[in-house]
Amino acid sequence: MAFLTASPADPRGAYMALTHRRRLYSGLLLVVFVLMFIGTFQVAESRNAGGFWNGLSQIFDFPASAVREFVERIDRFPANLVRFFPSLIETVNIAAASTLFGALMGLVLALLSTRGLALWPRMIPVFRRSMDMLRALPEIVIALVLIFIMGGGPVPAMIAIALHTAGALGKLFSEVAENADLKPVEGLASVGANWTQRMWFGVLPQVAPNFISYAMLRFEINIRASAILGFVGAGGIGFDLRNTMTWGQGRFDQAVAIFILLFLTIVVVDQISSHYRNKLAPAEH
Amino acid sequence: MALGDISPADASPGDRKAAGEALFRRKRWLSFGIPGLILAYLVYVFFAFDVPGLVDRARMDNARILVADSYSHKVHVTLDTRSGGFAYSIEGTAKGRFPDHLVPDWIERGDGRVAVDLGRGQSAVVAGDRVILTLPDGRVIDARSSRSGVEARLPDLSEFTVQQSDARLVVFLDGARLTVTRTRIDLFRYFLGWEMFWFDLDSPFYGKSTGELWHLATGAEPVRRGATNLEAMGQDFWSNRVWRHGDVAWALVETMIMAFIGTFGAAIIALPLAFLAARNFTPLGPLRFAVRRVFDFVRGVDGLIWTIVLARAFGPGPMTGALAILLTDTGSFGKMFSEALENVDRKQIEGVQSTGAHPLQRYRFGVIPQVMPIFLSQVLYYFESNTRSATIIGAIVGGGIGLFLTQAIQTQQDWEQVAYYIILIVIMVMIMDSLSGWLRARLIRGDPSGR
Repeated sequence: MAFLTASPADPRGAYMALTHRRRLYSGLLLVVFVLMFIGTFQVAESRNAGGFWNGLSQIFDFPASAVREFVERIDRFPANLVRFFPSLIETVNIAAASTLFGALMGLVLALLSTRGLALWPRMIPVFRRSMDMLRALPEIVIALVLIFIMGGGPVPAMIAIALHTAGALGKLFSEVAENADLKPVEGLASVGANWTQRMWFGVLPQVAPNFISYAMLRFEINIRASAILGFVGAGGIGFDLRNTMTWGQGRFDQAVAIFILLFLTIVVVDQISSHYRNKLAPAEH
Repeated sequence: MALGDISPADASPGDRKAAGEALFRRKRWLSFGIPGLILAYLVYVFFAFDVPGLVDRARMDNARILVADSYSHKVHVTLDTRSGGFAYSIEGTAKGRFPDHLVPDWIERGDGRVAVDLGRGQSAVVAGDRVILTLPDGRVIDARSSRSGVEARLPDLSEFTVQQSDARLVVFLDGARLTVTRTRIDLFRYFLGWEMFWFDLDSPFYGKSTGELWHLATGAEPVRRGATNLEAMGQDFWSNRVWRHGDVAWALVETMIMAFIGTFGAAIIALPLAFLAARNFTPLGPLRFAVRRVFDFVRGVDGLIWTIVLARAFGPGPMTGALAILLTDTGSFGKMFSEALENVDRKQIEGVQSTGAHPLQRYRFGVIPQVMPIFLSQVLYYFESNTRSATIIGAIVGGGIGLFLTQAIQTQQDWEQVAYYIILIVIMVMIMDSLSGWLRARLIRGDPSGR
């Protein structure tokens, strides 16, 4: 822009000045970024119990000793796999159920907060803000509070992840729904369809592939989340992992078995979901 | 899609009818079968998660305490029946114990006997090892604490929650609570608001009204030598022993540092590696394969596992959390960056090459301008979501606001602080959200995807 308007008599000079200024800004930005990075690194270093360089040399100590123990007791490996498999199923169930509920909630919230589709257009900001709130709340907050009320177990984790999922998917869904073609909706309205019918027959068929693809991606994320929440007491394989890690020496063979189970699950789910996502929406990457 | 099967014009009407019916059958199966499957799954989960048992296990009184505590505070009047000593404190903590001159005036202290106005017409007298509590309609709760147990004469209290056993009596009253055990008698009275939020009891500014504080801040005699009143207020607020505003602010900074180092460190490491994993930049198959498997591995090993492994080497603290985020995201960024690099437009590179640019210049002017907007928007998007992850990882590695939150929840009584931390976390995440959105819009003008 500035190139077009500034001093037409000397376009070359104006262009070079502009380039230099831009380069200066980029350079300054880079310097600020590098300084921030070094500064925050040093703060983190000073507030950590063990130092970075010191820890770097010990980084393989724990994996090495765990693997050594695992190899020594390799005969117990099948038994460990069988033993922890039910917890793995629980973790996957938490992720699946919370994705299901979260996606349904997100769907409703998204439709209610999309311009042109909303049932109550005046309420759009309210639903938008509530999705923002749900997204901003980390799962652990809701999970810990619910564990206090309901006791440990899968349900608090499921509710916590479902609420967060509703916020996260709601935003993505609403972005997709904004681009939906409104003609089918208008057609349905002209024959007297109510809001639910308009959404069900007019909007959902258009957006379903994208929605399902997003929900699958979320399922991958939620498996990780549900493993982490288990670690703070919400059941599933994370809970077992914490027990094997904190009960002192001699159980790292079990920890390694859990690592392997979790790793395989995540990889398998990633593969399956990316396969189906590519089928549903080839343009998405 | 499926309609394509029946379109050929040379198909006979019978074929078309059959194909149409097959399509309808398929649709019918989809519209009934899929909801049916989902329903069956939910029924299975309902029992797998033991939801019926949960109804018994859920502690609704815990929920009530939690909600009440999050917006109000209680003042305890405690009698230790062994020593006969009375204590008056906020939330029953040592930090909240009133010094003599600050004991509220609704507590009337006599000789070995204390009368407490519990509000809403409820009052109690504690003397010796006995408490007599009078309700507004004249009903009287009479309880005695002794080594052998709790003896109580209770009227009909059906509108209140009462928990009674040999060793313990708890009566939840209107805005108040009575607890009697073998060794102590506790009376709580609830008040709205977060007590000591600005100043703790040690501060000379405790209990002053806004007007008085304004007067003190603007001109009155310095309360503390060597500092103006405004400075003293700032110090007292920052070092508040109950709410620990200074520590909490540091914890928030730690959490953001974890996300910052983790995200941008991962981006810096992933950038060169992504070139090695992109087909059009690394013709060497085995190398490409190896780098890609490394990405898959660090991505597949969950952040949780990295956190545990790293915590053993680096000890608790923000650095450990930052490195856990860094490792996981290196995998994600490596994968996304290399995909973006594979989609690079060759024409721009050829254009730069035609001017006689050497390879480094080709990368700088032919490739980087194409991919930088995509990279930056992905990195910023992750930065925002990692602020949330850093809260969770902080709870595990013991750093940042996540640690404060879990500690406050584990004490099971500081719910007002839990509420405070939750509000701070939500505000922090929302600020990061808008900051990253703003940066994305500023730095990446014309990025069509916006993600």
